[in-house]
Amino acid sequence: MARIIAGVSSSHVPAIGAAIDNHRTNEPYWQRVFRGFERSKEWIAKAKPDVVIGVYNDHASAFSVEIIPTFALGTATEFGIADEGWGPRPVPVVKGHPELASHIAQSVILDEFDLTLCNKMEVDHGLTVPLNLMFGSPQEWPCPVIPLAVNVVQFPPPTGNRCFNLGRAIRKAVESYPEDLKVVIFGTGGMSHQISGPRAGLINSKFDHAFLDNLTKNPKKLAQMSHMEYMREAGAEGVEMVMWLIMRGALDEQVDEIYRFYTVPASNTAVGHIILENRRRVAGKAKPSPASKKPAAKIKRAAAGQKVHRIRS
Amino acid sequence: MATAKSKAEKEYDDIPGTFVFDAERSRQGYHLNMFCMSLMKAENRKAFKENEAKYLDKFPLTPEQREAILKREYNRMLELGGNIYFTAKLGATDGHAFQHLAAVMTGSSQQAYADMMLNGGRSVEGNRSKSGGDQPKPAKAKAGKPTSKSKGKKRG
Repeated sequence: MARIIAGVSSSHVPAIGAAIDNHRTNEPYWQRVFRGFERSKEWIAKAKPDVVIGVYNDHASAFSVEIIPTFALGTATEFGIADEGWGPRPVPVVKGHPELASHIAQSVILDEFDLTLCNKMEVDHGLTVPLNLMFGSPQEWPCPVIPLAVNVVQFPPPTGNRCFNLGRAIRKAVESYPEDLKVVIFGTGGMSHQISGPRAGLINSKFDHAFLDNLTKNPKKLAQMSHMEYMREAGAEGVEMVMWLIMRGALDEQVDEIYRFYTVPASNTAVGHIILENRRRVAGKAKPSPASKKPAAKIKRAAAGQKVHRIRS
Repeated sequence: MATAKSKAEKEYDDIPGTFVFDAERSRQGYHLNMFCMSLMKAENRKAFKENEAKYLDKFPLTPEQREAILKREYNRMLELGGNIYFTAKLGATDGHAFQHLAAVMTGSSQQAYADMMLNGGRSVEGNRSKSGGDQPKPAKAKAGKPTSKSKGKKRG
């Protein structure tokens, strides 16, 4: 039986991709960012996921203003790398997992999440930058990746609550897949940033730290946050943090925070990163309970607290 | 209190210095954004650079949109329905780093903008709201700060 073992969230700043592609990772400015992911690379090398579900948003690459799907799941065998205006990034083609993706599609649609399914889709920095941050720059990505593109370009994106619940539905889908697969789900984007208009450059570190705290301990509180609040507090483009809630929804109520990293800036953006592991390592022990009303606030920090490594720079 | 034209007042119009790209702006800026989208192809970038005005003739833009593109008025483009992820392609075609565009939109030099970011970015303090200084609109008492120190409970 397949199971989700952990969730990873990370910003997907395009300039990080450019720094990798142009071999500038050793410059002090970029070292500050990349050093924050060294531990993460070690972690994922040990975790060895069989499949990654990559939640990200397309940036006018695969989708223009012609068609704007709220949730688009990639069911293809592979996903080409988009030309974002300066040629495709020199990264490996993203190989999918069409069988698991189709299974997820069927399961979550019957669970009333009306996904758009893509048998052909190019992927952009939104997906490939987090892959680089976690896996480095290999010749081939070490495992198949199922892309899930979320509209955060045209307002309104799906609500945080909808995203959280979609995460739950994805988890249920994964756990009903017969093959024994270890799945890690990535939620990407954020953290606070605004890249448009006279208010561009907005950063709200206080908001970001609170968001990270709540992501671990009290995601249901985050799921209630309005788009207005995201945009006002974390910048117009900061609203894309709703995507992190898909990742969180796919995990257990109680998780261990393994690692956290936060730095300002990467280009125009606050960079945040977190790794959350499910405590329950064997699938099927606890039932995902979509209607559970248990307060997540009960989570004991102690267990996680001892292990957690935090880096701020 | 209607704002401009037929546009219904939106709660997010209260956020200063921000053009939220919603369905209405998307419709208004459709051709502007599709022009930007066309710049993802090398041959189109070349054709545009060779004769900008002629290239723009291919798109049914409004005169205002056309002027904003030709003059590289990035805020004006957003106001007229452009979206930043699309207009950034125009900046890239000009060979500019994104921070150049950000500097233009914020009315600062690229160096000053980069320095601001290195110093932690633009503070949210004083930049939350047009109507109520630093506070959210009074009508929406629940929309307090989301930070842990905030008293604001989200569900009133």
